[in-house]
Amino acid sequence: MRELLSNKPGKRLILLGNEAIVRGALESGVQFVSTYPGTPSSEIGNTFFKIAEKAGVYFEFSTNEKVALEAGIGASFSGLKTLVAMKNFGMNVALDALLPFVYTGTKGATVIIVADDPSCHSSAQSEENSRGVALLAHIPILEPSDPQECKDFVKLGFQISGKYNIPVIVRTTTRVAHQKMPVVLSALKNAKPKIQKGKFVKNPKQFITLPPRVLEMKKELLDKIEKIRTFSESLLKFNLNNQKTAIITSGISYLYVMEALSELDINLPVLKLDFFYPLPEKKIKDFIKKLKKVLVIEELEPFLEKETERLAKEANCKLEILGKKLLPEVGELKPEIVTQAVAKFVNKKYSLTDGKYKISVPKRYPQLCPGCPYWLVISAIKKAVDTSKVIFGGEIGCYMLFGNPPVKLQDYLSCMGSSAGIAHGIKKATGQKIITFIGDSSFFHAGIPALINTVFNKSNPLIIVLENETTAMTGHQPHPGAPFNSDGIKIEEVVRACGVKNVKVLDPINQEEFIKTIKEFMAKPDVSVIISKRPCIQIKK
Amino acid sequence: MHSDKKIKQFNTVILGTGGQGLITVLQIITEAALSEGYDIKSSELHGLSQRGGSVEVHVRFGKKIYSPLIPQGKADLIFGFEAQEALRGVYFANKNTSFLVNKFIVPIPSEKSLSEEQIAKTLNNIGKKVVLVSAADICREKLGTDVVSGIYLLSLAAFENLIPIKPASVLKAIKKIIPEKYLELNVKTFDLARKAMNL
Repeated sequence: MRELLSNKPGKRLILLGNEAIVRGALESGVQFVSTYPGTPSSEIGNTFFKIAEKAGVYFEFSTNEKVALEAGIGASFSGLKTLVAMKNFGMNVALDALLPFVYTGTKGATVIIVADDPSCHSSAQSEENSRGVALLAHIPILEPSDPQECKDFVKLGFQISGKYNIPVIVRTTTRVAHQKMPVVLSALKNAKPKIQKGKFVKNPKQFITLPPRVLEMKKELLDKIEKIRTFSESLLKFNLNNQKTAIITSGISYLYVMEALSELDINLPVLKLDFFYPLPEKKIKDFIKKLKKVLVIEELEPFLEKETERLAKEANCKLEILGKKLLPEVGELKPEIVTQAVAKFVNKKYSLTDGKYKISVPKRYPQLCPGCPYWLVISAIKKAVDTSKVIFGGEIGCYMLFGNPPVKLQDYLSCMGSSAGIAHGIKKATGQKIITFIGDSSFFHAGIPALINTVFNKSNPLIIVLENETTAMTGHQPHPGAPFNSDGIKIEEVVRACGVKNVKVLDPINQEEFIKTIKEFMAKPDVSVIISKRPCIQIKK
Repeated sequence: MHSDKKIKQFNTVILGTGGQGLITVLQIITEAALSEGYDIKSSELHGLSQRGGSVEVHVRFGKKIYSPLIPQGKADLIFGFEAQEALRGVYFANKNTSFLVNKFIVPIPSEKSLSEEQIAKTLNNIGKKVVLVSAADICREKLGTDVVSGIYLLSLAAFENLIPIKPASVLKAIKKIIPEKYLELNVKTFDLARKAMNL
């Protein structure tokens, strides 16, 4: 970790994609960093948390991704070079703040990291493709394929942002963010940095989005995008070698394409797109103009394939365009999937025989740790109520494992903060009995508005706040209730201030009292909250 | 025993359950491979998958490596830090694949565990070389803990030439990666593997 701050240009260091992002930001002279942890982006925050002071960077774990972005917007408006990091679903939360930020533009250059998770290795709620945000927000998106590019593209992002005053997204996926390789270091921007202050200079013309100015801003934004498009055209190189068959790809898929070409021992021109948005359209047209057929290789939705189809209408209407006909739209790509698709595309015989052994091993689900305080909550609930007659609301955190056997206490699961929000709707719609769970970090992230809604609109779920004094699932980051080295905000005080009358803070080790309270609170006509307070076994160690 | 000839590409999959230190072993392999002048790619998973579930990480090194994921059937060496998990690795196996498996079973809740004999028999029908070692028992007996089982297996692999990395490079990487607090234990583990080979 200390090596990440070494100022030895040319040195090769094995870095995780996320660490390379940190290094890229440091080499760009980043001054302000905010994030909310979420796999596969968490190591960006974890790394800054450890080195920020030494690197002279302001760093915070914010309450949620929208607040993290807002903090970053404030820093950018004040002229600081800013990095904000989040996972894909965090981008959904932050979207409300993102769109106006693209309109106002930046003052201090700003890069936003968004990490997608094809195949949902660490994502419960959907297989999101955040590239779609570009089409909605007109924000430039760069797609690195490996850690070296993670570092280089963060620097490129800062460069674009600084030149065109627009925030830039660097979009990774699990296999990029959690990929390691030797990365060549460049010089750190400031060898002996210290935390710098910016200055907010009033400029309503830039910072206030209100009609009619907001429409002018949109026009200015679209003009900027065309300039950045020209820039993205200038960076793209290819060599067709008079071939009539070629591949278009980007991000991690590029590495699988190179693997496939080597495996099949063939040579095809490959157009690797570093910019997902704005696309270098002229170069793509040049690339496809003389082709007979092209294979577009990308994970998840066929965004690039559709763009290629659109561009081919002008450049080469006879072009045969293949993509999702040969590749899955669900789940991440793998080298063998791409190899088979490329073989089919070029009509080369290729049969995969290795690895095809029929051996079944039962699935090993992740489990709550031995000694996890949640086991005590589970045991109390199973004794207090007939679980077949109660609906259990799930939430994002380690406790989403409540859905797996042998616990089986989860009847719905959606997004951060939603357990109580949905419980309220079910209560209003049916009047059935409901117990919902929410972790302490999730409570601060997005649980409070939903809790207030149960008071305001009068429903009576039992909400159990699982307070384990950390953000456990993503790697034990601090949160407002459990800061690193001071007292946190007391959840019970927040809950009472929201107007909840039935509130108890209990240590689940006191099973009898816990069971009694569940029974008592289940009978209340208004909302009840039990704060189950016992630290995560991992931090207690 | 080791030739200095650089290999074109070497692919190894490590399988186990969350908390068995797979990522530490991955780090040691990548550092050792870097010190021998190889290009490297690795892929790991973080987050909830670490909570006692199945974990599978990939390390590749050689002249030039593109994909961080090993393609189906292309593993040269498959480590099973838990014996049942080793079976999941067959997706990456071919008839020349070696298996180095810990004789150590973590039961899968509400499932009957497979026996080590069954596992060995299955793997023997697939790969070229199958080595089952009581790494967990040996480490527990000699060092008082089995958390270093993975380090033991990796050291064995280097001594036994199952991985084309010099034992000295593995030791150097251990010294670089392992925090000082645990370094002595890990170096002892490495030595234990050396002794097991009667070297």
